[in-house]
Amino acid sequence: MEFKITKKANLWTIAIMVIGLLFTGIGVACEMGHDHGHHLGQRVLGNMLINSFFFFAIGLGALFFLALQYATETGWYASIKRVIEALTGYLPYGVMLLALTLLIITLMDGAHIYIWMDSAYTDPASHHYDQIIDGKSMYLNKVFFWIRTIVYLGTYLLFWRGFKKRSQLEDEVGGTDIHFTNYRKGATFLVFFAVFSSTSAWDWIMSIDVHWFSTLFGWYIFAGMWCSTMIVLVSLTLYLKKQGYLPNVNESHIHDIGKWTFATSFLWSYLWFSQFMLIWYANIPEETTYHLMRIENFKFLYFGMFIINFAFPMVLLMSRDAKRHAGILTFVGLVVLFGHWVDVYLMIMAGSMGPNAFIGFMEIGMMLLALGFFVRMILINLTKAPLTVKNHPFLDESIHHDI
Amino acid sequence: MSEKVIYAMYDDDDVLKDGAKKLVAKGIKVADVFSPFPIHGIDPIIGVQNTRLGIMAFLYGITGTTIATLGMRYFMIGDWPMNIGGKPNFTYLDNILAFIPVTFEFTVLCAAHGMAITYLLKNKTLPGMPASNPDPRTTDDKFVMELRMSENSGFTAEEIQDLLRSTGVIEIDQKEVK
Repeated sequence: MEFKITKKANLWTIAIMVIGLLFTGIGVACEMGHDHGHHLGQRVLGNMLINSFFFFAIGLGALFFLALQYATETGWYASIKRVIEALTGYLPYGVMLLALTLLIITLMDGAHIYIWMDSAYTDPASHHYDQIIDGKSMYLNKVFFWIRTIVYLGTYLLFWRGFKKRSQLEDEVGGTDIHFTNYRKGATFLVFFAVFSSTSAWDWIMSIDVHWFSTLFGWYIFAGMWCSTMIVLVSLTLYLKKQGYLPNVNESHIHDIGKWTFATSFLWSYLWFSQFMLIWYANIPEETTYHLMRIENFKFLYFGMFIINFAFPMVLLMSRDAKRHAGILTFVGLVVLFGHWVDVYLMIMAGSMGPNAFIGFMEIGMMLLALGFFVRMILINLTKAPLTVKNHPFLDESIHHDI
Repeated sequence: MSEKVIYAMYDDDDVLKDGAKKLVAKGIKVADVFSPFPIHGIDPIIGVQNTRLGIMAFLYGITGTTIATLGMRYFMIGDWPMNIGGKPNFTYLDNILAFIPVTFEFTVLCAAHGMAITYLLKNKTLPGMPASNPDPRTTDDKFVMELRMSENSGFTAEEIQDLLRSTGVIEIDQKEVK
């Protein structure tokens, strides 16, 4: 069945983007008047980084999830395969926006976000000279940063194109050749992703707090990304189901994605807590700085975000009935999705602007702008391929999925 | 008081499932099915209710959380205040991070053991308990459906046996059980 964007959805996405644009304008005007516009560039670019990364990560999480299904030869997901693929379809736009943001930041010598890009910190003659940053400059320098960024993004796009091409080809030719190609490519992608998801998190996010380091930071980012993806996937599936599409999707499929949402929010909480507790226990000044900054200046947001992202899904999604209830799933999902946005906000803004950061018109506006764009692109992607796959070897298993 | 019970043996789970569907559609109640492995989708056909083991798991888990919290509060704060990494040790809340892993582990321990023991008790399969399945072959490669005459008072034993024979059964046995 072909998907058509309803007039209501069309209007809403545009309205969200217009409101976002309006808020961003107000935010920029306010910021220009504040402190002689001293923090304007940093704040705008920081917000661009938050939103381009957050939504790019959802697309990437969907690509990872798809590869995981291929590599494990899963059957149940065949009915929602096109929904996952529509989410991965945001990837090229996400890559473009992220690359653009990183490019502007690089051209502005780090824009006080990646301070290691500023040569003042690595030049021994400068009075800003920072020995720790200089010591890391073998890895953290503009050229190597861009080589890595291009390799990450290029690899993701390459696999994305292959998955997409083969998925549409499978509808036409059938057979199991494509299935086994997907199996191999999916497993290969996971190998690359295992390394890149960690190192890209260090490069794009952890290097903002340049003195600080954490070995499990990559998994922490990855868990947040995976959880956000599952939330968007379950909401989108429920939306399509409500519109009368996806006749093969039954309660068991919804239950399964609900379980993924539940499980990944635990994974994220587990990693957040592991990072927090080890640093708290050891109490070494060079490690505690990250949490100190966030607790001293953003206590409410920092712990509030943790409680929402952990306790909300734990209490509300624990029972079997809740995971089959569209209303509860959507409500919990959207609240937790915002929680994860706040998580990314704190990673980037508390690291770059520090005590000067706060959620104002600009933050909300740019989030809405990116959200509207993201949802619109997903809906457009859904129209580009039939919503039900044909010839998937496990389609029959998926139709009769029952747990 | 003894009662008539019919045991119908099948050698394929799908044949048994189709047979059960046929009998249930006629209004016959299937008391139980014995099989060497869980048969997917049999529960709604013969009207087995959803398990409530999950609720018990939650209660056992909560018990574990409570015992762990109270215990550590007593050991580490009340009875003999422990200095953890040089941190203030006057309240439980100050050191809660150090206690969370233990609380988590004890919750899991209680939930898992509680569930396993409850399951074995409820099924009467604790080690050493006498077997209650009608035929030892159901632990190997045969499937047995149990029909109790007391639950099917609208039918005679012959009617049910005739119906069973049309469902691909390989062996029918009628017993008087207590």
